[in-house]
Order: sequence, then C-alpha cells, then structure tokens
Amino acid sequence: MSGPQLREPLIEVKDLYVYFYTYAGIVKAIEDMTFTIYKGEKFCMVGETGCGKSVTSRALANIVPSPGRIVKGKVIYYRDGNPVNILELSEEQLREIRGKEIAYIVQDPSSALDPLYTIGYQIVETMIDHYTVKDWKEGYKRAVELLREVLMPDPEQRIRNYPHELSGGQRQRAVISIGLSNMPRLLIADEPTSSLDVTVQAQLLELLRRLVREHGLTLFLITHDMGVVAEMCDRVAVLYAGNIVELAPVDEIFKNPKHPYTMGLLRAVPNPQADIEKLEPIPGTIPNLIYPPPGCRFHPRCPFARDACKREKPPLVEVSPGHYVRCWLHAE
Amino acid sequence: MVEPLVHVEGLKKYFPAGGFLKKVWVKAVDGISFDIFEGETLGLVGESGCGKTTTGRLILRLIKPTAGKVLFAGKDVTKLRGKELKAFRREANIVFQDPYTSLDPRQTVFNIIMEPLKTHGIQVDDPEGFVTKLLYEVGLNETHLYRYPHEFSGGQRQRIAIARILALRPKFIILDEPTSALDVSVQAQILNMLKNLQKKYGLTYMFISHNLGVVRYMSNRIAVMYLGKIVEIAPAKTLFENPLHPYTKALLASIPVPDPEAARTKPKIQITGEPPSPINPPPGCRFAPRCPYAKDLCRQKEPKLKEIEHNHFVACWLY
Repeated sequence: MSGPQLREPLIEVKDLYVYFYTYAGIVKAIEDMTFTIYKGEKFCMVGETGCGKSVTSRALANIVPSPGRIVKGKVIYYRDGNPVNILELSEEQLREIRGKEIAYIVQDPSSALDPLYTIGYQIVETMIDHYTVKDWKEGYKRAVELLREVLMPDPEQRIRNYPHELSGGQRQRAVISIGLSNMPRLLIADEPTSSLDVTVQAQLLELLRRLVREHGLTLFLITHDMGVVAEMCDRVAVLYAGNIVELAPVDEIFKNPKHPYTMGLLRAVPNPQADIEKLEPIPGTIPNLIYPPPGCRFHPRCPFARDACKREKPPLVEVSPGHYVRCWLHAE
Repeated sequence: MVEPLVHVEGLKKYFPAGGFLKKVWVKAVDGISFDIFEGETLGLVGESGCGKTTTGRLILRLIKPTAGKVLFAGKDVTKLRGKELKAFRREANIVFQDPYTSLDPRQTVFNIIMEPLKTHGIQVDDPEGFVTKLLYEVGLNETHLYRYPHEFSGGQRQRIAIARILALRPKFIILDEPTSALDVSVQAQILNMLKNLQKKYGLTYMFISHNLGVVRYMSNRIAVMYLGKIVEIAPAKTLFENPLHPYTKALLASIPVPDPEAARTKPKIQITGEPPSPINPPPGCRFAPRCPYAKDLCRQKEPKLKEIEHNHFVACWLY
C-alpha cells in the first residue's frame, strides 16, 4: 500500500541550504535537506510554522522569495528522463517548466488570483502562455472542462465570474484548475485547504486524490495537519527547524515513529476519534533560526537529549528500508 | 434540578447588511437556547460564519442581542447597566483567538495584568508579588514582568492573556478559538493548562472552536452550530460516537483522522456544496439544501431542538 511500485525519481533535492538575509541576522531556514520524490507518489511534508516546509516547496520551482537565497544544493528534475538542475536553469528555461510541468497551488486562493480578471481568463492565460491550446476560443472550452473536473458548480457561468464573486472553496477550485490546465507532472500544493472549512476541505482532498489517481500526477503536499497527512500521503517527511528529522512511508510514521519530535507531535494532537485523558505536550517552543541551537536542533525540547545531542548534529540515517531518522538515539 | 450558571433562551442577533431600498439582515444567530452548568465546559463547534463567535459576544454582552435573553446566575445580562454590568464583567470574561492583537503592545506584562484590577478598583498589597503569582499559574515567571508583548511567542502571549483574566478571579470564561493561532506542539500546552486552571479554580468554560479534536478533548458537552442555529447538543462522547444530525455526521466524517489505517476505512459521507449565506437562509431546515436525507417537510418547516435520549438534543425531522 505504501508507495508506487516503480521507483522512478522525479525530483531529487540534494544537500539544499536556504538562508534569509534579514536585518536581524541570517535566518538559517533550511539546512542539509536531501530527499527524493518519486513519479506518481503522494509525498507530504509536515511541520509547524517556520520549519521551512513552504520554503522547500518554493526552492523546487526556484521561486524562493527575497531576502531568501539558495546558498547551496541541487534540485534535480528528471525531464523526460534527462536530469536537469532547476537551480542552474535560465529564467526562460524555468518559465517553460513552471506552470506547465510543475504547478504550484498556494494556501490562500484569494491572493493567487488576480481580482481584475475573470476566472476563465486566468485559466486560459496559463494555457496560452504555454501553447497548450491554439486560441482563446479553444482555451475557454477547455477551461469549462477543467472547472467541471474540479467539481465547480455551474462552470459555464463561473468562467465569467471575478474572484470576489466566488466563495473560498470555489476560488481554491479555480486555482487548482489553473494548476491542472497544462497537465503538470508535479503538483505542489502548499497547505491547499488550510483556509477552508472542514466539510469543504474533505471535498477538495478527495478531489486531489482523484486527480493524482486519474492523471498519474505526482503530488507534493505541504501541511501542518497530521490528519491530512494520514489521509493523503504515501510517504512523509517531518520537518523541524529547517531539517528533515524523519522520513518514512506514512504507516511507518504513525505506527513506528522513531524521532522524539515525531512521537511528540503525534501525542500532542487531540484525535477526534478517541477519548483522551491527557495530552502530552512538547515542552518549550520552536527555536529562533537566526541562532539555532547547536547540535540537534530539537535537543532543548527533547526528553532524551544527551551530551552528544548538544554538541553535534546527527546525520539522517536509514534505520529500516525507506525509513530515515535524524537522531543520535538511532545513529549507531 | 441544578440551576445553570448561564441560561440562553431564544437568542437572536441580526446585523444590518446594506440594502438600498430594502433593509437586508444577516441572521448571524437566529434563535438559540442552551444552558451551561457550573464547572463544566460546553464546546461550541461549527464552520466559519455559523455564528459561534457572535454567540460568545452576546453572552458577555459585548454586543446587544436583537432578541432573547441570557441569564447569568439568574440575572438577565441583556438588561444589566452601569455598576451591575461592571460587576458582571468581573465574573465573566473572554480569551480571544489572536494573541497578537489582544495585548497592548505599549504596555509591559505587569501593566497588562494590573489593568483590569485598576478598572475594577481592586487594591492589592503587593502588586508585583500578585502578578508574579499569576505568571507562575500560567507557566511564566518573574523575569517576564517588565517585558513587552512583542518579546513573546504566540503561546506565551496567550498565557499572558489568560493571566490577565485570572487576576479578576472570574467564574466563567469564554475561550474563543484560543489555540487556533498556535502550533500544535504549543497548543497542547495551553489546553492542558486551561484544564488544570479549571479544576483548581472551579471555572466554567464555553469553548468555541472549529477544531473537533480540540473540542472533544476540552468539553463535557458539545453544541453544534450551523448557519445561526444549534442543530445538536450532546455529551462529548455521545456526540462523537453516536451523532444524529446529518450535519454533525458529515462534519465528523470530514475531519482528517491522524491514523492512516482508519483513514482508509472510514465511512465517506460527503456533503456537497458550501454553507449558504446567512442573509437569505433557506426556509425550513437550514441544512436541507445540502442534506442527503432531505424531504419536502424539511424544506418547508423548521425542526425544533428535541431531546431524543437523555441529554441528547437534535433539531432534525428524521427524529
């Protein structure tokens, strides 16, 4: 059940470092990030505010916002089997890939849509730019099909609406159809349902699952909600303070978590299906990444912290097939 | 029978919403009734715009209701004025969702916590010691006394907001999404702290949230709201194990469950569409347009909240 049968990589992130150069100092947002997303899988990144999950997803399309900079590392994208380093491509080459082969869905659909243009225009524009339709007329026809595919009610009418005329859920459907318009190979969804109500969230998650299944998309989903992870993913990377602390198939993460942070996170979330006497919170707060703690970044909050944890950063090691942990408890 | 601490009856709040020739009303809260008993936590859940925050504000008389009454310890809050209203405000209070806007950025923690005492003219012998004690109650300490809100994280700010309320020794606190702006690892700290404080001081809570996991953890009883109406009230366990209203069922089926195996097997009762606008709510049962079981009767006549089994109230024609 976990992961696709064919393990053909689509994106390989290698030794990625992203820093933000702010007035207060250098924010070490991402350090030593290495992972692979395989074709056709649903890959999830989970973590709390400021852990670097959004920055990672932006690095994949080389759109890290200023004052952030990719300091080091590679993002290898397998374009029809040929590896290219996204970070070394020219703007022009990138434009061919972004929006066409790699599509990005942001958390807040209202800021992703231009308030001055109709939904239809914005969907067709993406296709015209990438020459996937021959003219606007064909584009609008395709836009209606796309909106129908994302279960937008009354698509023929909706293409003539402006963003403010739609509800939050409908706007996110419009954004998803823009993302799908060129049939991308990789769909990056950054907290696509966090601004929506649960009943609408459930509809959209079901929609994303169906699209991945039917179109053979690869999904890179970013979320802070362990529930969404459990429902959506094949493999999960747990991020803490700019580092991957654990990476494993989804069942492994929930049944056999190895990193103290993952264990803490699972125990700290109130499960709606269970009667819980007492939650076990993780003590302390997330560190400031201008001055990250030395050694393991989780050690100030870790119940198992030892001397080694304070001195030296643990490596990400494979403890069982496909299950990686960054912790001195499992390093030997 | 035990007297409830808070008794809400037929509470309504309509907000005017433009309309040029004809006045239009947003029916944010439209005739709700419930009780909150001393020492318990009543959870109030629902999606955005269903009227849960408005309900909280109505109970505290932060806004005036269009109709209905709220009895607090037997007194009608909607009719309080002057001194009596001030005395009520000492006993009932609210923790807001956003700890970044609820604290004055120009005041030190000491001043923030002392302010309500000054407002109510309460003298304490050793203010510094008094505030320090409160800070310890919420997991902070004396080193935080003279710092400003911007020096604190979201979780710590929420602790300060709670300490400020505790200074007045209230009986009843409305917690309006107190952890929604916080990260999950910090959320659990605040929730546990609130539970401990409740036990220690015999507080009564109304816990407003859209997060069902959090509400289940915190509440003794839960009320589910949909478009200005309460559709179901039941003890927490009963509501989750035996939900009766189709909306409650859909809501529970929609929550992502943090367990991959359960997620694969859980029943998929999906409702389509989104909540309609509270300006022109549908006639009859407000959930009827999205309800898979809707009959003609549902579209014509509004169902009343009815006790189906002990303590379990549902407003639905199916029962």
